[in-house]
Amino acid sequence: MDFLRPASWEEALAAKAEHPTAVPIAGGTDVMVEINFDHRRPEYLLDLNRIGELTEWEVGGENVRLGASVPYTAIMENLRAELPGLALASHTVASPQIRNRGGVGGNLGTASPAGDAHPALLAAGAEVEAESVRGSRMIPIDEFYTGVKRNALAADELIRAVHIKKADGPQQYSKVGTRNAMVIAVCAFGLALHPETRTVRTGIGSAAPTPVRARAAEDFLNAALEEGGFWESGNIITPSVAKQFAQLASGACNPIDDVRGTAKYRRHAVGIMARRTLGWTWEQYRGTARTLEGAA
Amino acid sequence: MATTGTPTNLTQKTRGGIGESTLRPDGTLKVTGEFAYSSDMWHEDMLWGQILRSTVAHAEIVSIDTSEALAQAGVYAVLTYEDLPTEVKNYGLEIQDTPVLANGVVRHHGEPVALVAADHPETARRAAAKIRVEYRELPVVTDEASATAPDAPLLHPGRDDHHAGHVPHPNIVHRQPIVRGNADEAAGRADVIVSGEYVFGMQDQAFLGPESGLAVPAEDGGVDLYVATQWLHSDLRQIAPVLGLPEDKVRMTLSGVGGAFGGREDLSMQIHACLLALRTGKPVKIVYNRFESFFGHVHRHPAKLWYEHGATSDGKITHMKCRIVLDGGAYASASPAVVGNASSLSVGPYVIDDVDIEAIALYTNNPPCGAMRGFGAVQACFAYEAQMDKLAKALDMDPVEFRQLNAMEQGTLLPTGQAVDSPAPVAELLRRVKARPLPPERQWETTEGADVRALPGGLSNTTHGEGVVRGVGYAVGIKNVGFSEGFDDYSTAKVRMEVIAGEPVATVHTAMAEVGQGGVTVHAQIARTELGVSQVTISPADTQVGSAGSTSASRQTYVTGGAVRNSCELVREKVLEIGRRRFGSYHPAWATAELLLESGKVVTDGGEVLADLVDVLEGEAVEIEAEWRHRPTQAFDLRTGQGNGHVQYSFAAHRAVVEVDTELGLVKVIELSCAQDVGKALNPLSVIGQIQGGTTQGLGMAVMEEIIVDPKTAKVRNPSFTDYLIPTILDTPTIPVDVLELADDHAPYGLRGVGEAPTLSSTPAVLAAIRNATGLELNRTPVRPEHLTGT
Repeated sequence: MDFLRPASWEEALAAKAEHPTAVPIAGGTDVMVEINFDHRRPEYLLDLNRIGELTEWEVGGENVRLGASVPYTAIMENLRAELPGLALASHTVASPQIRNRGGVGGNLGTASPAGDAHPALLAAGAEVEAESVRGSRMIPIDEFYTGVKRNALAADELIRAVHIKKADGPQQYSKVGTRNAMVIAVCAFGLALHPETRTVRTGIGSAAPTPVRARAAEDFLNAALEEGGFWESGNIITPSVAKQFAQLASGACNPIDDVRGTAKYRRHAVGIMARRTLGWTWEQYRGTARTLEGAA
Repeated sequence: MATTGTPTNLTQKTRGGIGESTLRPDGTLKVTGEFAYSSDMWHEDMLWGQILRSTVAHAEIVSIDTSEALAQAGVYAVLTYEDLPTEVKNYGLEIQDTPVLANGVVRHHGEPVALVAADHPETARRAAAKIRVEYRELPVVTDEASATAPDAPLLHPGRDDHHAGHVPHPNIVHRQPIVRGNADEAAGRADVIVSGEYVFGMQDQAFLGPESGLAVPAEDGGVDLYVATQWLHSDLRQIAPVLGLPEDKVRMTLSGVGGAFGGREDLSMQIHACLLALRTGKPVKIVYNRFESFFGHVHRHPAKLWYEHGATSDGKITHMKCRIVLDGGAYASASPAVVGNASSLSVGPYVIDDVDIEAIALYTNNPPCGAMRGFGAVQACFAYEAQMDKLAKALDMDPVEFRQLNAMEQGTLLPTGQAVDSPAPVAELLRRVKARPLPPERQWETTEGADVRALPGGLSNTTHGEGVVRGVGYAVGIKNVGFSEGFDDYSTAKVRMEVIAGEPVATVHTAMAEVGQGGVTVHAQIARTELGVSQVTISPADTQVGSAGSTSASRQTYVTGGAVRNSCELVREKVLEIGRRRFGSYHPAWATAELLLESGKVVTDGGEVLADLVDVLEGEAVEIEAEWRHRPTQAFDLRTGQGNGHVQYSFAAHRAVVEVDTELGLVKVIELSCAQDVGKALNPLSVIGQIQGGTTQGLGMAVMEEIIVDPKTAKVRNPSFTDYLIPTILDTPTIPVDVLELADDHAPYGLRGVGEAPTLSSTPAVLAAIRNATGLELNRTPVRPEHLTGT
């Protein structure tokens, strides 16, 4: 196994072009586990840790451009107002040590359905800035996850940053694990209210082959909120609407039975989380404080 | 005639004696990461050993081709069954049924098949992967029905062990019935009868320091083995015959142990490292990684337990019937003794005169199971405590009052006919945990909204209070202390006293394995108390001194502590003899008074100083090695289960307060208070630590810890800390501890073994609290979200 250590982003792109099988490594919280367990033995490891810009972020007018290696700790500490859903998700990642190392780029690169960041990215709306020596492109997050642990990146592409829409309304994130810390998701749910567009977006983790949005649930809720004039009135969402939304979110799951939980439980739990996160965000939206921050 | 004695005012004379909370010598090193564990050892020119393990649970080995592995650069040896040097090719704690390397058949997933030694661990690992093993898979047996079916494949055909003659099926390792009174007749007096079938999952010891050791070949043809284990001499007895060496040529030294909990009672890499070292002539180190560790030691027996109890309307238990089926997996390990414990303690700490009990352990193709903290008593406690709640409910009685009404006390006869002849404060322990104020309700509510850290799900942010219901549950248990059923459970201590640099110094040398239980502080405390010195050196544990027995069964403070005390007494007598010889003519008290050693001096029991130990011992060292035994025990009758099988008992009670998110099935244990009688706390701080640790391990079993074995293939599905979950600090509640010290007059200083009892009652208390919160029956542990949500 060769260890490539590019000193700059351009060198990294060149190395990836030359060695398309090279596995990029930043925090190593996924890659090193796979190597240690001998689940993969890449020909080349492409170490991105010398590229300082990957750990930087910029808050723009519409988006936060989050460097691929910005550690979860930094998101929790610095971007709670702009990215409340992702900040909540970051809280649930593994242990403090791993949150100091791991970043969203790794989650996207691995593209595991259990990656904690995905539901928050799906709900907020995001684009992945992928680049190769051929050029740069923006991949919408909805098109990024293509299969179990597969993503839309070409073999010569690296993730440089993620452009995440700044919150224009309350966001929430919930994750079920069978331990109160340091646990892989049995399933997870992210929800973001977008008052500017009068839409609701969602993300489901660990309950389908890829992270997915609960599209039917979103469509139903968007229509119900519109028809009922809820965005204007700020009225409490009727229980029957919340219930229907939860059922449709459950229906968006396509889970499996495994050692972490049953498919039936995952469907059930996603429905509960959908109902609760809708309730929390809507309460925040209705509240005069209109705080965009999560509860944690 | 003068006598000698233990100072009566134990805590005030020599500092650092028994009853004081002395700190662990290894504590700071462990917390700062500087402690040298067995996996940290290094030897010049050493090789790394690797074990190839079976990928299937039950198969004939058609062929093993090692040629490609041997051809790898850096590989020094590849060994299979064919390379074992003597006729002794098996080992085992009680029944020698475990092959050192598979002989033509593998009986469980992860069984050792071949060994590699290479100059780098990665080279060894890759070479092992190049060994070609062809398996012809055989049907697996995984439970009682499949193991005892008429056409069931036999795990060990042609058994000739001492249990083979009395078991009803060759796939049953051991069976112990216990019959006392007449349960059927007594059932006729019952106003209510409750029954239930309970399932106890497979728990892992999950010690943090994986199996590891270093074998160094010696010039005399022997081997020096440095290893993390629980009982050096038991290892030695099993290792030496396989190597074809006399025991004095296998010199064992304990190296840094990172926890044990029973999982190091059986051999792991010991023989493998020695075989490779003797074959290559080089030191060989073997370190399991976490994945391999899940295959490298036995687990706690999973169990199915059926219970029936009856009671009269005034709340007295009439009778109990139970049947306990323990899954021992592919090899016997400690199964027979676990059966003995499960059956003899199946009644719990209650007075029940009419019982009909049966416990068996199976041979199956599941992972081998053996010793783990609580040892058979844990599984039974989970079931009988659920039954106590059911009975109380059927009688519309308070569950604590119902237990107190039936609680065992000093003088109660166990179902084995043995009287409990020391304090048994079962009712009092329950009273204490119940009397404690309950933690405030809805602690998650703050002025800024819900503090999710105080809620089920924690920072995963699953509830802000929705669906959350509180429950409270109680449990109490009984655990035997020491090895039972007639086992010669002795220990040995060598104590030396001399003057070094003008100060009297004691050295204590035992083979006791310090696995975290705190024996190293306790031995020094005993020596200070008995010999009146402040300087005590604890020698490294090795086989150059007699056996200390196992660091198991809550026994080391009792038995090796007892041995240290005994040897100290013998040393003290010798010292006083010298004193009389040298100074007896100067003071009549030398001949007439009871003499003690305190603060470096010989004093009378009245406090008069007769001599300085430095003067008494001038130029002379006193050293005594002696064995010490507790009261003998008896085997249980194979038909009736009668017999004085146990040495001592340990009692603990818990109250669990939980909050359950009933919609998501997530649990947060808010508080888990414990009351335990320890007889005498030799090191109170250490006692609290043991109780909190055991309590937490029991909590893990209640809500998360389980090795999941595929019932079709008998393969382990979650051999990692990613999927075998143990409690983190965020899962660990406040654990208030109430320590009672009611002396057991039969034991040294009146002490009781401490380590296991809290592991028993913790799990059922949490389950009772969850039942109380949810109203669900919950007959299995650990409880998973699916069980709480019906999904």
